[in-house]
Amino acid sequence: MSELLGHYNYWIVIILMMTGFYTVIARPNLIKKIIGLFIFQTSVFILFISMAKIEGGTAPIIEEGISVYSNPLLHVLILTAIVVSLATTALGLALVIRIRQAYGTTNEDDIHVQDEED
Amino acid sequence: MMDLVLDVLSWVCLLGGAIFLLIGAIGVLRFPDFYTRLHAVSICDTLGAGLVLVGLMLQGGLSLVTVKLLLIFYFMIFTGPTAVHALAEAALQSKLKPLVDDREP
Amino acid sequence: MEHLIDIVLLGLLMITGFAIVRMRSLLAVAMLTSIYSLLSASLFVVLDAVDVALTEAAIGAGISTILILATVALTSDEEKAPRHTPLLPLVVVIATGAALIYGTLDMPHYGDPTAPVHRHVAPTYLHDTPGEIGVPNVVTSVLASYRGYDTLGEVTVIFTAGIGVLALLGYRTRRRNSQGPGNRKLVVLRVIAKLFFPLILLFALYVLFHGDYGPGGGFQAGVIFATGFILYALAFGLGNAQRIIPHQLLRIMAAVGVLIYAAVGIESMLLGGKFLEYRVLADDPVTGQHLGIMLIELGVGITVVAVMLIIYYGFVSRLHSGDM
Repeated sequence: MSELLGHYNYWIVIILMMTGFYTVIARPNLIKKIIGLFIFQTSVFILFISMAKIEGGTAPIIEEGISVYSNPLLHVLILTAIVVSLATTALGLALVIRIRQAYGTTNEDDIHVQDEED
Repeated sequence: MMDLVLDVLSWVCLLGGAIFLLIGAIGVLRFPDFYTRLHAVSICDTLGAGLVLVGLMLQGGLSLVTVKLLLIFYFMIFTGPTAVHALAEAALQSKLKPLVDDREP
Repeated sequence: MEHLIDIVLLGLLMITGFAIVRMRSLLAVAMLTSIYSLLSASLFVVLDAVDVALTEAAIGAGISTILILATVALTSDEEKAPRHTPLLPLVVVIATGAALIYGTLDMPHYGDPTAPVHRHVAPTYLHDTPGEIGVPNVVTSVLASYRGYDTLGEVTVIFTAGIGVLALLGYRTRRRNSQGPGNRKLVVLRVIAKLFFPLILLFALYVLFHGDYGPGGGFQAGVIFATGFILYALAFGLGNAQRIIPHQLLRIMAAVGVLIYAAVGIESMLLGGKFLEYRVLADDPVTGQHLGIMLIELGVGITVVAVMLIIYYGFVSRLHSGDM
């Protein structure tokens, strides 16, 4: 029971991660794949931030009278990671637009068919 | 005494706001047509969010936090209905016809 | 009580995640992604990560949604059914998930104050920040000063993404949109956009300069600033927005931001310190830190604004209607 209470956060994060992973490998639409990657990345952020939380602590902004703060180092890592995820999403979507322009479709199966025909 | 009155008032506002948001959500699920659903969302969501913000302002007392909440409140009052208006205009422009009641009276 | 909010939010996240997998209409998926980001931003607030919540709300629920919507508008908006049965992916996913869950059994309990991650460097940062840097927001002090080199890399990543989108999509300058009679429909939107545009820019500047004392900083401020211009472009047309901020200016701004950041580093080297050692920028070390942090946050903000708008122009200038 204490295992459950101590770890439920991580398990739900892993379920979310696997949802994103499944979307990337099983769905044929390219935009869906990028969104699946986005879900995967965001669930990793949740994992890190739940590791940073301390019971009874508060946000890491120094104030009078508070002695327990959350871990700021992990917050910094995730700030960088969020911005990088935006960069990769934007580039991925730009690639999807160009693929659509070149092949006429954003469906992975149709693209394979067109590639095999060449 | 004054604290108790403020507390009770803020709880009433928070619960009222939550109930209105819930009613808006039920409306979105149950109404038959896009425009009627939009109507439910527009009214109930703005009112619900406004009441929640007023409840939080009462909890905050007289401080900087209350001023910030007041600014958010004004922002929500302006942008909530505008967003719904933009949605309705876009729907009209895409020739989505509203559901009309043509039964014989 | 906090655990209850936690569980409810995580449950909603799971429902949204499953809905994204199952839905076939891509517009609905775009909106569900936005909801997913907003829910995770709320979860971050509950988990005491306020800076991260602001960034996730601005970037995930703001800019990413716009980009996904623009892409869906440019490509098809329905997903075809997959050709192969998803049995093998399902098996792979379940196996990976089981292995990962087995791996988490060794992790410290959620919220444990004696976990190893809280032992080594983090208490040093929390302890030294008031004395050495004098900035209440420890996340800003770590991001901008203690780990400033990483943030330089981050700004370069954003700059690279801007260059990449520029190389892939280019841009097309649009003529100024005419004020024809059809635009009477947009009156309400235009009035509200004009009303809020300066307020949004002001809020972005507030977030930028207040990042030392509360949640905020260069990235969030840059994204909010760019959102103001995107609102203007949505209400008045891309042509009018490109007259306010022409493309040439954006490209210069993107480079200038990174240049300011690197210049602060080189300036500290010229003044006798190491690269990005802000102490030597002024007579008093704490003032030097403040000055250094302010300059690099400004640089970060400028680059983020420029790159966000470059990406937006790149995506939207390909739409045929020309007034999105």
